Amino acid sequence: MSAPHGHTLSITTFIIISIIKSVAVVGVLLTAVAYSVWLERKVSAHIQNRWGPTRVGPFGLLQPLADGVKFIFKEDLTQPHVYKPLYIAAPIIAVVFAITSISVIPFGNWVDVGPWGTYLQITDLNIGLLVVLGITSMGVYGVALAGWSSNNKYSLLGGLRASAQMISYEVSLGLSLVPILIKSGSLSLRDIVDAQRHLHWNVFYVPMGTLAFFIYLISAYAETNRTPFDLPEAESELVAGYHTEYSAMKFAMFFMAEYANMVTVACLATLLFFGGWLGPVFGPPILQMILPVVWFCLKVFFFMFLYVWVRWTLPRFRYDQLMAFGWKVLLPLSVANIVVTALIVAWRA
Amino acid sequence: MFHLILFLFFGAICVAGAVNLLVQSHPINSALSLIVVMASLAAEYLLLGAEFVAAVQVIVYAGAIMVLFLITIMLLNAGKEERTKGSRVATVLGIPGVMIAAVLVLWTLVGRSSTTHLVSIGALWGAPKDIARLLFHDFLLPFEVTSILILIAIMGAVVLASRPEAIARPHHSSRTPEETRELAAAGLAETGKDR
Repeated sequence: MSAPHGHTLSITTFIIISIIKSVAVVGVLLTAVAYSVWLERKVSAHIQNRWGPTRVGPFGLLQPLADGVKFIFKEDLTQPHVYKPLYIAAPIIAVVFAITSISVIPFGNWVDVGPWGTYLQITDLNIGLLVVLGITSMGVYGVALAGWSSNNKYSLLGGLRASAQMISYEVSLGLSLVPILIKSGSLSLRDIVDAQRHLHWNVFYVPMGTLAFFIYLISAYAETNRTPFDLPEAESELVAGYHTEYSAMKFAMFFMAEYANMVTVACLATLLFFGGWLGPVFGPPILQMILPVVWFCLKVFFFMFLYVWVRWTLPRFRYDQLMAFGWKVLLPLSVANIVVTALIVAWRA
Repeated sequence: MFHLILFLFFGAICVAGAVNLLVQSHPINSALSLIVVMASLAAEYLLLGAEFVAAVQVIVYAGAIMVLFLITIMLLNAGKEERTKGSRVATVLGIPGVMIAAVLVLWTLVGRSSTTHLVSIGALWGAPKDIARLLFHDFLLPFEVTSILILIAIMGAVVLASRPEAIARPHHSSRTPEETRELAAAGLAETGKDR
């Protein structure tokens, strides 16, 4: 299982392995996105004492496929009053950045495939965490431009709300992670996970790690525009917010971006606070290779389920409450958390 | 070799974005071109090996500051700019100024090429630890002075943006904070209405 450092691949092998990994990861991500929609519909239905999708396949499991086909065959309306170049670019921007952010997420340990070996990760950067934050911060443009280019008051308001909200919560999200970085001393996601071995998960680092986790979780819900922070698409006041004018595949792209962002955020929570792929590993070599991935997926699934659970349980905030909470509660808390963690780490050193 | 091609590619994108920023007549398009410039600069930093600086460039400039630009343009609902013939001052001073600057840059590059050497791609170091040491140890005083300057700027912005009566009578202000917030929300709504 040891990683042969300093072992070099030829450029062709490197490119081939990278392409295989990218295709596999994006494929898994898109499937996960499709089935999170199914999960959302199913769980929400059970919370509301309904059945949810049951007709297409067993337990409605083929519903995502049917939905995909429906999105493709629907009429793609483009209103005459929109600003076309940006109207078309906006959903593409949203979905591209949402999918790109998965590229530095590690989801397992080193594996040996024949003569070669690779980490289960598209690429391991020593600033991995910052790359994820940077890419998600670029995702705001998709929403903001969609709102503006639709040339519709509800869309514009939704876009403005979304961008203001995402910038505000990005600050506390970023700051909430600093104590973890101080503790593990690295920005590489792989190193952060390795620092949590033997159940020293950051979430159990009471009270700083736990506080950081809850700040991260709340900010992440706001970052992904999910209830209780779904003001940008509050249907009772804004019709559908920034995607009011979108239909067919363009709408589906926003949908995919939202769920892909949820997956990324869930992956980050798993890696930073819940020990990533760490868990009991036993059995023959093949099982030892697969088990870490299983633990990782289970933890991510837990966070996806939590997302859905929260959405169908909590009501929506008011906009001023949202802003006040972000700037006056979460931000001071996360700054205080940084100071306390830094003092403790310096004192122990 | 591969890196050099990428470096030249992003350099070209950067220059093209900068030119487009000036040529476009719609503020939104100009702002988007500026984002392209920022992002391609980040790619250049990354190629040179300064990974941390690249990430910060994307997070701070391309991700946060430009979003604020965009929000401002969207809120003001700024329309297309009208083209003017340009001022005489710009023609008289601008063209010679640009030429002088270009000559200076060329003179430095050509004249000093024997004493300076090229930075090979990926040779710069920019590990978070090194940057932290520089920032919080070697350059601690400039860092603190800058942060106080920024704090003063923030306070100045708050003072300038707040209503005069709120400053004059902080305790007997005619509006409670809740009301002010509601007004701000309503102001947002009105901007949307005239679209």
